[in-house]
Amino acid sequence: MSRVTLLALQVLVAVVCLALWQLFATVPVFGKILLPPFFFSNPVDVFAQIVKWFSSGVIWKHLGITLTESILAFVIGSAGGVLVGFWFARQPLVAAVFDPYVKMVNALPRVVLAPIFALWLGLGIWSKVALGVTLVFFIVFFNVYQGVKEVSRTVLDNGRMLGMSERQLMQHVYWPSALSWMFSSLHTSVGFAVVGAVVGEYLGSAAGLGYLIQQAEGVFDVAGVFAGMFVLSAFVILIDFGVTLVERRLLVWRPTVDGRG
Amino acid sequence: MTTPTAVALEDAKVAFRVADDRVYTAVEKAHLSVAQGEFVAIVGPTGCGKSTLLNVAAGLLKPAAGSVKIFDQPLAGLNRDAGYLFQADALFPWKTALDNVAIGLEIHGTPRSEALPRAQKWLTSVGLGAFANRYPHMLSGGQRKRVALAQVLIRDPKILLMDEPFGPLDAQTRQVMGNLLLDLWNADRKAVLFVTHDLEEAIALADRVVIMSAGPSSRIIGDWRVTLPRPRDIFEVRLDKEFHALHREIWSVLKDEVMKGYAQSSQAAEAV
Repeated sequence: MSRVTLLALQVLVAVVCLALWQLFATVPVFGKILLPPFFFSNPVDVFAQIVKWFSSGVIWKHLGITLTESILAFVIGSAGGVLVGFWFARQPLVAAVFDPYVKMVNALPRVVLAPIFALWLGLGIWSKVALGVTLVFFIVFFNVYQGVKEVSRTVLDNGRMLGMSERQLMQHVYWPSALSWMFSSLHTSVGFAVVGAVVGEYLGSAAGLGYLIQQAEGVFDVAGVFAGMFVLSAFVILIDFGVTLVERRLLVWRPTVDGRG
Repeated sequence: MTTPTAVALEDAKVAFRVADDRVYTAVEKAHLSVAQGEFVAIVGPTGCGKSTLLNVAAGLLKPAAGSVKIFDQPLAGLNRDAGYLFQADALFPWKTALDNVAIGLEIHGTPRSEALPRAQKWLTSVGLGAFANRYPHMLSGGQRKRVALAQVLIRDPKILLMDEPFGPLDAQTRQVMGNLLLDLWNADRKAVLFVTHDLEEAIALADRVVIMSAGPSSRIIGDWRVTLPRPRDIFEVRLDKEFHALHREIWSVLKDEVMKGYAQSSQAAEAV
């Protein structure tokens, strides 16, 4: 199938869904409106709301806040995950001692931490960053830990026989291996950084996309809720696209998944 | 002989502790010496501990008893005089072919600007001059072995340890690689310890062929000198009368061990 046909079909799905939504929300079927506007709004109103946000410029501030929180959560969580993952993998005793606690904290649904963070760090961006960090950290941590542990024995022996010191093994063998595992989870961890930010905003804040959605919901403005959701999806897709670009540059040395080099 | 022996194993024994606290003796009473400039091949049935012996010479494994001397000095830690060519892929997958070759120099302090041209020269001499910027996964198995060979040789080790380096390659590629190895070796005649399960390959390449018995507790049970003239061409040397005579002679000893090896491994499989 050519790219054009594929794209046309993809657009068609959206058009059909939106058309049906508009139809059932405005035209009565057998004297009854299937999607009552109070609960479902309609695409035209939602679109109008999005246009209003962008034309008045209010949305930029919220997008900026959410983006900042996501980036901070990602950077701090990744840095922590890489450091601790490395440390644990190189010190099996430390890993063994902390193992049950790591599992315990990881098993905890992170949403329940949001109130605590709000209490400790206030309603500003840092409580959201903290929530995102707890999500990102564990993904990166587990990947880096695995990456360092599963360095091929032969590659390691080869490094030793070529005369590498422990420090050089770190630089030329362990580090690239750990990074490649971290990057393979880049999509997931960036996604979770955004989730942390938005959920945090939703549960208590004064700005951001999550706040926008929560505000709209508070006054039964269903069009506003949907508009917020659409903006959020577009935002995540854009970020994901950026991640793909970064990944392509950094992982050139890796065979593609389908094995066609 | 006044020149020091490159590798000398005396009475070496290698044992591993296996799961239930029993000790598995892989190799016992191994006497083996490789003179300077000598190409020695070790041949034996699968699982006889040939690679184990090589790892002892490399310093990757410590013998449970006996001694290892490198140029008459007892070996402590890793063997710094040796280059090791592994059976499995050992290239750094995140480095290009050129960087893979240059790394051996860079870690010893050669500036990158000097290491890269030398690496390029080595890649050219193994026939991969045009592939410098490829990553290992973009190369074929034979090409990866060439890069690995250049990676080891660029450091100019005095001893070359090779663990079935051409094992995973197809028959034609093996012969081509064998000739390449002989060409490169001819230039400066390093001491080589070459492990293989292929007797023909061993005779075609080596000055001496050492045979090991089937494991466990395998020993060195034979040592033949190969007097075929050098330089050799692997394709042609196989047609030589002397080659055939030697092959028949060594095979008569090796055959029994191969059979024993099979019998033991199938017994072990039944016991499981």
